[in-house]
Amino acid sequence: MREFEYLRVNTVKEACSLLSEHKEEAKILAGGQSLLTLLKMNILSPSYLIDIKFIPELNYMDFDDKDGLRMGALTNHRTVEKSPLLKEKFPVLPETELVVASVQTRNWGTIGGTLVHADPIGDMAPPLIVLDSRVKLVSSGGERTIPLTELFVDFFMTVIEEDEILHEIQIPPLPPRTGVAYQKFSTIEAGIKIAGAAVLVKLEDGVCKDAKIALSAVASVPMRSIGAEGILKGKPINDKLIEQAAQMASTEADPVTDMHATDEYRRELVKVLVRRATKMALERAKAAKS
Amino acid sequence: MERKLIKVRVNGEPHELWIKPNITLVDLLRNELGLTGTKIGCISNSCGACTVIMDGMAIKSCSILAMQADGKEVLTVEGLAQDGTLHPLQQSFIDHAAFQCGFCTPGKLMSAKALLDENSNPTEEELRRDMEGNLCRCTGYVKYIEAIMDIAQHPGKYSAKEG
Repeated sequence: MREFEYLRVNTVKEACSLLSEHKEEAKILAGGQSLLTLLKMNILSPSYLIDIKFIPELNYMDFDDKDGLRMGALTNHRTVEKSPLLKEKFPVLPETELVVASVQTRNWGTIGGTLVHADPIGDMAPPLIVLDSRVKLVSSGGERTIPLTELFVDFFMTVIEEDEILHEIQIPPLPPRTGVAYQKFSTIEAGIKIAGAAVLVKLEDGVCKDAKIALSAVASVPMRSIGAEGILKGKPINDKLIEQAAQMASTEADPVTDMHATDEYRRELVKVLVRRATKMALERAKAAKS
Repeated sequence: MERKLIKVRVNGEPHELWIKPNITLVDLLRNELGLTGTKIGCISNSCGACTVIMDGMAIKSCSILAMQADGKEVLTVEGLAQDGTLHPLQQSFIDHAAFQCGFCTPGKLMSAKALLDENSNPTEEELRRDMEGNLCRCTGYVKYIEAIMDIAQHPGKYSAKEG
């Protein structure tokens, strides 16, 4: 690890002020569960490391029936996994956490950190995307809130400006008769993922009123599969329709070949995972309260 | 590089150290405090050999900046045995021959302790899932599960030996 100046801050204001002073020479450290690996490999070598991990005002979770959930960026993975509130309101999130990295990493890593790291293999982005999440970014100059899908630009790249930090994740309340599921495939359960798919299905009078599909590890960003969503929307969902949607998602995916899997294999897995997640989301939508 | 002061309790002992900010917690434990029980395996947040318990949570000490341990309480494998008596988990690992080369063992012990402290009666499935962050290169994925399950299912069995 190269040398840097370590700056621990206790408020968002301090963090933003240091960022606007040091700009691209600074990096934000939260849990560091991805960042430290990059620092150790000298892939990144910032002159200043601004440690926000212990800012109390970035660690919270509130829910109300009208606006839904607001979650501070420093909420750690283990908190999401164990939260009785999330188990009740958005059970797909604690469920997904069980397959995020390892207990040790979940204990220290943060939900905000995993999103801004923008590794397309990240597990939390797809379920958050199908839940219509938005993220609040703040800087000394003000704040803006954007849909989570618009955060990601390319492998490890986001729209976050060099003087901005991710402050909050917002999730609207889950509509009635809606089910959400996430499926992933990796060689060991918490290992490097080959592909992942989150699906949301909303039913009305037996018809799929809304569908959202988000894929991970099969493109340079966590991606929506708009074509596949279109196949499900407005129709009663049956096995044949699910098969068509899965096929479309597989076509829309844009995976790369790496040491873990070939692009063809990843496409094949997208088909399987979208099929499984859609079936599971459908069952959950049927069981959900109206 | 400017050194920074940190205060950290390790295995109950308070320490005040002036350290370079670009070292990780495992560097601090091994190089500054001489506690070499905690192992360095992959150094990339994968293998779990460097697992220690910080404020009650299992964490990978190769992937936490030492500065973030400021004000914290850290427990390493050296802190498990009390007054010359092995911790029940250590005794159980021996009784079940739950390791071969032993390199992953300190990390496995610490993960197991954090897990049992939180949930003293896990199912085997929960145990296997929560131990996934600890890899073993000697194919030792059966015996240590038996060793931990033995403790979980017979909480009194080893406490007698603890005196």
